[in-house]
Amino acid sequence: MALLEVNGLTLYFHSRNGVVKAVDDVSFSVDAGETLAIVGESGSGKSVTCYSLLDLLPKPPAKIEAGTALFDGIDLLSCDAAQMRRFRSNDIAMIFQDPMTSLNPFISIGEQLIEPLIYNEDKSRRQSRSDARLRAIELLDEVGIADAEQRFNCFPHEFSGGMRQRVMIAMALINEPRLLICDEPTTALDVTIQAQILALIKTLQQKRDVAVIFISHDLGVVAGIADKVMVMCEGTVREANDTESIFYRSEDDYTKKLLAAIPEGAKSMPNRAQADSPLITVRDLKTYFHDYSTTIAGHIKAVDGVSLEIQRGEILGLVGESGSGKSTLGRSILQLAPITAGSIHFKGVELNKLSPAKLVPWRRKMQMIFQDPYASLNPRMTVHQTLAEPLLYHGLANPKNIDQQVQQLMDDVGLARNSLRKYPHEFSGGQRQRIAIGRAIATKPELIIADEPVSALDVTIQAQILDLILNLVEKHNLTMMFISHDLSVVRYISDRVMVMNKGVIIETADTEVLWADPKQQYSKDLLAAIPLADPRSERLRASTA
Amino acid sequence: MDQISLQQQEQGTSLWKDAWIKLSKNYLALFGLGILALLCVISILTPWIAPYGYEEQNLMLGATAPSLEHWLGTDIFGRDMLTRIMYGGRVSLTVGFIATAVALIIGVLWGAIAGFVGGRVDAVMMRIVDIMYALPFMIFIVLLMVVFGRNILLLFLAIGAVEWLTMARIVRSQVMSLRKQEFVEAAHSLGLSQWTIIRRHIIPNTLGPVIVYTTLTIPSVMLLEAFLSFLGLGIQPPQSSWGLLINYGVETMEEYPWLLIFPGITLSLTLFALNFLGDGLRDALDPRTSKD
Repeated sequence: MALLEVNGLTLYFHSRNGVVKAVDDVSFSVDAGETLAIVGESGSGKSVTCYSLLDLLPKPPAKIEAGTALFDGIDLLSCDAAQMRRFRSNDIAMIFQDPMTSLNPFISIGEQLIEPLIYNEDKSRRQSRSDARLRAIELLDEVGIADAEQRFNCFPHEFSGGMRQRVMIAMALINEPRLLICDEPTTALDVTIQAQILALIKTLQQKRDVAVIFISHDLGVVAGIADKVMVMCEGTVREANDTESIFYRSEDDYTKKLLAAIPEGAKSMPNRAQADSPLITVRDLKTYFHDYSTTIAGHIKAVDGVSLEIQRGEILGLVGESGSGKSTLGRSILQLAPITAGSIHFKGVELNKLSPAKLVPWRRKMQMIFQDPYASLNPRMTVHQTLAEPLLYHGLANPKNIDQQVQQLMDDVGLARNSLRKYPHEFSGGQRQRIAIGRAIATKPELIIADEPVSALDVTIQAQILDLILNLVEKHNLTMMFISHDLSVVRYISDRVMVMNKGVIIETADTEVLWADPKQQYSKDLLAAIPLADPRSERLRASTA
Repeated sequence: MDQISLQQQEQGTSLWKDAWIKLSKNYLALFGLGILALLCVISILTPWIAPYGYEEQNLMLGATAPSLEHWLGTDIFGRDMLTRIMYGGRVSLTVGFIATAVALIIGVLWGAIAGFVGGRVDAVMMRIVDIMYALPFMIFIVLLMVVFGRNILLLFLAIGAVEWLTMARIVRSQVMSLRKQEFVEAAHSLGLSQWTIIRRHIIPNTLGPVIVYTTLTIPSVMLLEAFLSFLGLGIQPPQSSWGLLINYGVETMEEYPWLLIFPGITLSLTLFALNFLGDGLRDALDPRTSKD
């Protein structure tokens, strides 16, 4: 018998607007030493399934309609609260997605680590503070935190995202659980850090022989780590099998669609860059911010001496990890962040010398697409208002032909014309991003800076939006700077790529040249950390590393 | 030209039009609106429909319990309570609405500008608010009265000028989180002017807390007026207001409870109506709440 056996788990949300079948007849099992990956897009019920095992869902609205989840022979779904607390503190641990919010900022990480030991539900298993401390330091060391003894008293804000996730892992492991549930543990992390955390989870698992349930929206991430994969969609299991079968011999259409949506390979469209006709030229750009975290007046050098040219018709990819200054660079070029030094020439005009009033006609020519489609649209404006505003403001349409122009935009971005009177919250993430793209192309710009436009989207939606962007670039003759932390996406869309780190450009090369032969060590590390949606090559890579 | 065309466009479907459709389906809010409208109509028509004159005394009668001649009883001077409450409503409702409107306009604009512009402008504007907070508001109002003479309109303005401070702080904190949002940045990158961004993108998104705070301000303004009048700075007997009536009612609560109960009920009814309407408006102005 497996360690955890879930049978026919069915969970509905009962809300005012009716019943949502969040989890519908889901069965799976996971054994000690085994990793089960649950993969699905947002709303597929993958997280809800796991949260319900630990009784972490608010009830109501959630209600378990049927099913059992036998952990070591005891049903998790029907045990009482005291029993559940014992399971939580001793047997089943959870790692959450966002390491920035899952630690209490007011308590030192050491205190948080030993909490499960000194306040254990099981009185016999409680430890003294000094014993617990030793144990915590040992574990911090094991998850790869240097100087564990000194860092024991540090607070969460003194750690980077990757380090915090290591602390979270240590916290999850401190009571030697037998089942570890990881809910998108690397989604919020940079690609190199992601590779390290994945390797860490794998090593620890093998050493301790724990069962792991790994929830992810990204098939690429689980290829190297999972023994079995379960694909979920809209609350139901679409396919469950061992990893190789899922990746190489999938039977299910939805799984195939997920696999096909992973951006792979080079840009399929021709490079439309016109040689020696730079649309925008940046010389020695510096953007510094005041650093308020220290008492000594200091600067954060977000962008520190960047020079670049983007040719007309070119798609320039800009990759870098968080904190590399890539977003600030984009905003500085568009004059949305005040620059410290340097110059930006757009069609021969030095933008940074223009007064705000003189800049207005130029703003029309350069637009931005933002990352978060939930924050980038005014929630109190209808789609019609959002799209009409730039047109009317810049005098590109008059009240008589505005409806027609807005409808044209809706067609361009692939949205139904009859949804013009709706508000942003009535749309899905992908549709919202389409609206945001529509707003950006409304003013007939020549340059578009896209700042992680697909990072917040599901894989299948991501593929659609990327294709939409490529088509629009072609149709409207756009020049684009495409900022992303996701190298596969950048490869799929760009003609040329710049690698950025700590405010400076490390390397610039044509996309395929860079992939084939990165010159700088940092670029090599980045490229090597990309998770491959291919279990065999992942295994090969693990054995050679 | 730009401004005009934007406004014409707004008439298509706007937040306010949608809000009205939603509000008209919220019976509790409509009830509140109805009560308020009724009170306003009565107040306006009072000089013609009041059963007695507001200073008509009948010292022989004295304080009497509710009867057929005096539905809500009479006060110690034998004045009809119904009449006095009706006349009091004229003062209280005017004070409530005008002073709150003053507070609303100054507070929202002040807070929005301080929060949106930020930096030194914000520091200076908010220090002014702090100074106003620190000044005992009584001194401020007495000063105004001394300089400009006692005048009921001035009283409204003075109260409004004190009440806007909290509103400004609420709006400022809202705006500070809003201005970092990507849709505001998108508006910048579209080249919209600062004022257009504040008007179209910032202020509509602060409406929720502003409406709730407004419905709380109206009653507190009415009570403030009573307090000022009690000190002799507001309106003077034989004029009345709900706040004053309640104040006098409290003094004679044990012997003549109806002098407290009826003005109290009237004020409470107004507060209920305001709260229902305020909650309804808040929901109606938020497109995220469902349309049905």
